[in-house]
Amino acid sequence: MWNYTDKVQDHFQNPRNVGVLEDADGIGEVGNIICGDAMKLSIKLTDDKKSIADARFQTFGCASAIASASALTEMLKGKTVEEASKLTNQDIADYLGSLPEAKMHCSVMGMEAFQAALADIRKKHPEYNLPGAVTEEGDERVVCECFNVTVGKIREVIRLNKLTTVEQVTYYTKAGGGCGGCKEEIQKILDEELGKANQGGQNDATPSPIAQTIKENVGPLTPFQKMIMIQQTFDSIIRPGLQDDGGDAELVDVADDKVTIRLKGHCATCALADKTIEHWIEAKLREKVSAAITVTAVK
Amino acid sequence: MSDPIIYLDNNATTRVAPEVFQAMAPFLTEEYANPSSVYPFAGPAASAIDTARQQMASLLGCQSEEVIFTSCGSESDNAALRSAIKTQNGRRNIVTTCVEHPAILNTCRDLAEYAGAHIDYLSVDSHGRIDLDEAKALITEDTALVSIMFANNEIGNIYPIRELSQMAHAKGALFHTDAVQAIGKIPVDLTNDLKDVDFLSLSGHKFHAPKGIGVLYRRNFAPFTAYLTGGHQEKMQRAGTENVASIAGLGVAAELAAKHIQEENTRVKALRDRLQEGLLATCPDAMVNGDIEHRLPNTLNICFKYIEGESILLRLWDRARVCASSGSACTTGSLEPSHVLRAMGLDYKALHGTVRLSLSRYNTDKDVDTVLEVLPPIIRNLRDLSPFGRD
Repeated sequence: MWNYTDKVQDHFQNPRNVGVLEDADGIGEVGNIICGDAMKLSIKLTDDKKSIADARFQTFGCASAIASASALTEMLKGKTVEEASKLTNQDIADYLGSLPEAKMHCSVMGMEAFQAALADIRKKHPEYNLPGAVTEEGDERVVCECFNVTVGKIREVIRLNKLTTVEQVTYYTKAGGGCGGCKEEIQKILDEELGKANQGGQNDATPSPIAQTIKENVGPLTPFQKMIMIQQTFDSIIRPGLQDDGGDAELVDVADDKVTIRLKGHCATCALADKTIEHWIEAKLREKVSAAITVTAVK
Repeated sequence: MSDPIIYLDNNATTRVAPEVFQAMAPFLTEEYANPSSVYPFAGPAASAIDTARQQMASLLGCQSEEVIFTSCGSESDNAALRSAIKTQNGRRNIVTTCVEHPAILNTCRDLAEYAGAHIDYLSVDSHGRIDLDEAKALITEDTALVSIMFANNEIGNIYPIRELSQMAHAKGALFHTDAVQAIGKIPVDLTNDLKDVDFLSLSGHKFHAPKGIGVLYRRNFAPFTAYLTGGHQEKMQRAGTENVASIAGLGVAAELAAKHIQEENTRVKALRDRLQEGLLATCPDAMVNGDIEHRLPNTLNICFKYIEGESILLRLWDRARVCASSGSACTTGSLEPSHVLRAMGLDYKALHGTVRLSLSRYNTDKDVDTVLEVLPPIIRNLRDLSPFGRD
């Protein structure tokens, strides 16, 4: 049972400001039905375009997702855009008393919906000259394919909420909560954010002689080298990654750039398997070996 | 006084029957002796265990010495799986399904990691059915154990245990079934229908006995080595001083189960069917999950597109103190929805909005009336809140 505060219960059972504003200045849509929660926020500004006149929401999700969205709209109404842009997910959680830690991603979704709505207003109405930052370059790269979470979002949530563990990042953003293949990368982002980036290094094992040779060799990989590299990447990165999540895979065949694998354990029955193969295994092999690699799975 | 609770979550656990509680009470008060002791004061405790063993055997259609008392269904599952990997002369394969209870799936995972077992998972179709041809192909001379659930906890599907157990024996493999959801709901007869079942797990609290008591049925002479080692209890098959009160209660619950099995398959089934028809008639974009023709009589798994399960459950409780379950991510305690519904390839629009209503003989017509009254408006209201389903 989730231990929801009375305020969460109240905003879930009696949500405020439900709906869509027909004459909205901007609309923010985040999440999707596959991930299990989604929110649409419409914002209407005052005539001087400095403050928020009205806010309405629609949410697909659990009690805390609905309560967070309801709370957000109450908090936004009447605030200046400048004040509102400073709202964080923690403010939403505080407004509701608190949220269970595993549900903090609901408050993050609220914050994101508002940011998306602001971005929409900026795009549709550049003449309003809304205050606020533009997303940094490169932050849009997706880290968690299962829940479509970007580097930018992970970094922002780590900073705002002073997160220190991968588990917390999962609670706040859902990243890593699906196949788990990105947990290693989330740890790296955490390390960077916590200023540990240069202290680590033990994870990078000394490259094998063949890997060293390949590195020094400027020309294209020979078929033999490519095969060895694929095997090494498979054994040292892909399998441990899958095993962390109760899954596994075996290399069935390598024919030039076509890699055939067989998923095992939990992976074999995971509904997200296609995505895992396509995005993660293939991306890793492309990154480490050759951009031309394609991966297919056989039963 | 507040409204009564409408308990429609009987696949999660059940109310302890008053007769069961009565049978337990003496062993929680005056009759506290250890059944292994020699003096006559230990007599009632020892004979309570004997009686319960016979009552259980009579429900299952087996010999009383084939009944081993354990602490829960999960322990019984662990015992059967771990034993098979040890006793089957180097056979390393276990064949199971991808829709098993975590007690099986995680034990298989552990055996794969630490005991060199190789696990094959039968897939399911969109109705959660398995394919006997696939099973036939996967069961080989290397298969130590085939473990297939009797009935699925989420969708209620009943699996063809007789055929599967015969297949296992044809290849010299042992056969186990996790029957936790079947016992008390459908007839299970180990004498006539199920001669090829070697091990069967059951759990008391799913049929009106208390939590913390289970049984592992072991067919006479089926190869077995104890999971919990220690004292001589249960003929060295399961150590630990017997949970006398719960065992006595389990015996009575078994007797009651036999007495009410007809009712489960008539009156309770009719309640379930009325619930199903009523909800399908009043809620658009709703769909029943599972194998409609081969399903537990008490179970209804229904999905409501475009909305999320936890919201439905909390509103149900708020409006009429109705208890039910959902396969949605938010209620499974993880971020991912039910592995059973995902294995069935359920559409994501529906996956998060599943509700499981599971009945028992303690449910009434009035319970069904109440749900049919309060649930449709909840569904409508949550859909009004949802950004999906309008296009």
